[in-house]
Amino acid sequence: MVEKIKNWVSRFYLGLIILFLYAPILVLIVLSFNSSRSRVKWGGFTFDWYVRLFSNRQISEALTTTLLLAFVSALIATIIGVLSALGIHAMRQRNYQLVMAFTHIPMVNADIVTGIALMLWFVHFIPLGFGSVLLAHVTFNIPYVILSVMPKIRQMNVSLYEAARDLGANAVYGFFKVIFPQLTNGIVSGFFMAFTMSMDDFVITYFTKGPGVNTLSTMIYGEIRKGIKPEMYALSTIIFVFVFAILLVVNYIPQKKGKVVKERGLR
Amino acid sequence: MKKRVISVLLAAAVLGMGILMTGCSGSQEKKGTLTVFNYGEYMDPAVLDLFYEETGIEVKYEEALTPEEMYTKYKSGAIDYDLLCSTDYMIEKLIQEGEFQQIDITSLENKENIGNKYWEFSEAFDPGNKYTVPYFWGTLGILYDTTKVKEPIDSWDILFDGDYAGEIIMQNSMRDTYVVALKALGYSVNTNDENEIRQAHELLVKQKPDVQAYLVDEARDEVVAGNAAMAVVYSGEAYLGQEYNENLEFVVPEEGSSVWLDSWGVTKNCKNPDMAMQFLDFLCREDIAQMNFEYIYFSTPNEAVIDSLSEEERKDETLVPPDDATVNCEVCVQQNPEIVDLENEQWKKLKAE
Amino acid sequence: MNKLKTINKRSWLSSPYVIWIIGFTVIPMIMIFRYAFTNEDGSFTFSQITAILDPIHLKALIFSLEIAIGSTVICILLSYPLVMAMKRLNLGKQGFALFILILPMWMNFILRILAWQMILSNNGILNFLLQKVGLEPLAIANSGTAIMVGMIYDYLPYMVLPIFNAIAEIDEDIIEAAKDLGAGSITIFHKIIFPLSIPGLLSGIVMVFVPSMTSFVVSDILGGGKFQLVGNIIEQEFTKSMNWHLGSGLSVSLMIFVLISMAFTMKQEGEGKGSAIW
Repeated sequence: MVEKIKNWVSRFYLGLIILFLYAPILVLIVLSFNSSRSRVKWGGFTFDWYVRLFSNRQISEALTTTLLLAFVSALIATIIGVLSALGIHAMRQRNYQLVMAFTHIPMVNADIVTGIALMLWFVHFIPLGFGSVLLAHVTFNIPYVILSVMPKIRQMNVSLYEAARDLGANAVYGFFKVIFPQLTNGIVSGFFMAFTMSMDDFVITYFTKGPGVNTLSTMIYGEIRKGIKPEMYALSTIIFVFVFAILLVVNYIPQKKGKVVKERGLR
Repeated sequence: MKKRVISVLLAAAVLGMGILMTGCSGSQEKKGTLTVFNYGEYMDPAVLDLFYEETGIEVKYEEALTPEEMYTKYKSGAIDYDLLCSTDYMIEKLIQEGEFQQIDITSLENKENIGNKYWEFSEAFDPGNKYTVPYFWGTLGILYDTTKVKEPIDSWDILFDGDYAGEIIMQNSMRDTYVVALKALGYSVNTNDENEIRQAHELLVKQKPDVQAYLVDEARDEVVAGNAAMAVVYSGEAYLGQEYNENLEFVVPEEGSSVWLDSWGVTKNCKNPDMAMQFLDFLCREDIAQMNFEYIYFSTPNEAVIDSLSEEERKDETLVPPDDATVNCEVCVQQNPEIVDLENEQWKKLKAE
Repeated sequence: MNKLKTINKRSWLSSPYVIWIIGFTVIPMIMIFRYAFTNEDGSFTFSQITAILDPIHLKALIFSLEIAIGSTVICILLSYPLVMAMKRLNLGKQGFALFILILPMWMNFILRILAWQMILSNNGILNFLLQKVGLEPLAIANSGTAIMVGMIYDYLPYMVLPIFNAIAEIDEDIIEAAKDLGAGSITIFHKIIFPLSIPGLLSGIVMVFVPSMTSFVVSDILGGGKFQLVGNIIEQEFTKSMNWHLGSGLSVSLMIFVLISMAFTMKQEGEGKGSAIW
């Protein structure tokens, strides 16, 4: 009985948080069907913005750039971040603190400071374009990866890895078979945080991008002055529904039987 | 499980990218490129395609949100811009710093489309019209909700007399806010008198408790939505506001206001001034100016376009501000550096109150 | 002895990152330092650094600190019950719940904050709903509370994820054993779960507290431009006043300030590191 109440309370609380997180998304979805161009006025129901969205070349180019940028920068940041987190953790106290302090710098700096500093620096050796934005994004993504992997590393059981090495596994094999599985959660959430940061960034992207390179963020910020185009709401809705649908499908594909985790959950 | 989610997500992302990657290419042979710097959403994208079709010149288009961002990015020298569109005071700064090259406006075939009035406005920051071509313009005024404000507004005083406490939205921009206060006090918007700036500051500090918010882009929406009774906005914004809510009125108070003008200039490093002039001429052409006007709905200096408007649109003061509305208005130009510093300092103080 | 050897062997893994830091963090920072320690005429000065002590800037700093600490604390208070609920309902292991938390963040930030503005405004959605159920409308729009709501909204997932990752790994057997020995839920949380979640908590604090010190978009939009955070001032110095020297100076002193407050956290982390399960 007590367990039941506890479960109920847990569900209720989870529901509240999800409501909090999704309330603005609901607003965006509703706006995507609003026939008025103004976000504060309901002009009736329409699918127009979806139709227009698909004929808008700028938006699809910006979407491609955004996804490519987010994916590649998160991937590079994750690789560098995971390796360095392993390395940093093995450092002596003083070096450890020094490197961690530097890790915090891109987070401490206001975006505008990072953006302008990187722009002033990039001017010296690469033309601004996709490449420069990518470098900038990797730079501010790495700290998020390190910060989400570090706690896992500290919980990690290194003896397992050492045992594997003693039994003749080489370093790479040992990493993928022993260390990597222990860090998966941290790596995955680091990757997705990095991906998210990259998708959201405007200021740094703005100062480090070249002409003709547009991300959804830079496009949306450019639109603020005249009012956000409803096509953007439609695009957000599509992205949301698309990802959500994938999550649902994957989640409800029946899992392998007899998993220990499942049994525990049922008890 | 989680691995499966990730791999499916990644596969989907890659697939989506592949589909989107299939771009399209034009038929015209490329003759050259121009790198153009403009504000966001400030040109119909179709104009650029048309320009390429007609001339074979490809435009690399870059957008900025504010004049200052534009200046910062331009000055860093990271990108070689050929053409730049900015606002009066920023243009003045760039001209003074020698960043623009002189152009011969008489060589523009469509020069006559731009009314004399606007060339005269330009003189405020570009004496002799040697550097710039006007693009769009407007005024600063009060947009108000007639269901909440019964009497017609004709003075800035209504923002300061406390009758509409909590119902006022001011611009979150130092210069525009000072324009309002200085004009309310009967001073010039380009004053270099420290005392006048301090008086304006006092007025704004006294007003702050009555102000609901200092907003830039959302100011219009708040009045449209009925969250506030009045807001200080640009005339072009007011036009959009009235489109969404018919109870809104826009007025440029009698004391006068500022007139802003966005103009094009050719940068000193432009490698191909002829192409740049071709582009400017193109922008002044009636059909192109018409396209841009219908995309942006700010006041155009292109009289050929104004003449072709419907009777109703021509009478709309937010689209075509009449001469008597701008009679007391001034174009903002650079003030003395000490005055600018003082304003910056006071503005921070105001926001910190 | 053996342990030490492994340790030193492994630290080379961070060399790509160290090179990256030097190339894209240190060198660009030197450029900012150059602005921070000079006047407009290029002469050396400390005045840009000490400018943070100016009453206006100090006020903004204190307000930022209030907002940042408030947001961090509320994020922590919201996160633990959430993580425990997820654990209880056995949601986390499948990854699904974690994606549900992060998914809203894939919609553009500015769009989400503008949506919040519509929810919180005087005639907004929240007040509409409140009036429907017969409650008094709230005047949250353009206030410090609205800024907090926006910050918490934006940063909550950055707190939940690391805490969850730390807790998810706790061996169920330990908890079962404690239960068998008669420990109540509170004792279990206090003695087992919380201590083991500390590394995650620390990461979460950094990822919430640090960025919220420098944000400016949330306060501009949800605070109605009536409140100044340090981030707003720095942003304004760079983009409006065109005073890069002062902007850099404030930014550097903010950085020093935050790094010092982080040093406290680091100290704990360092201690924690010593007692890791090596």
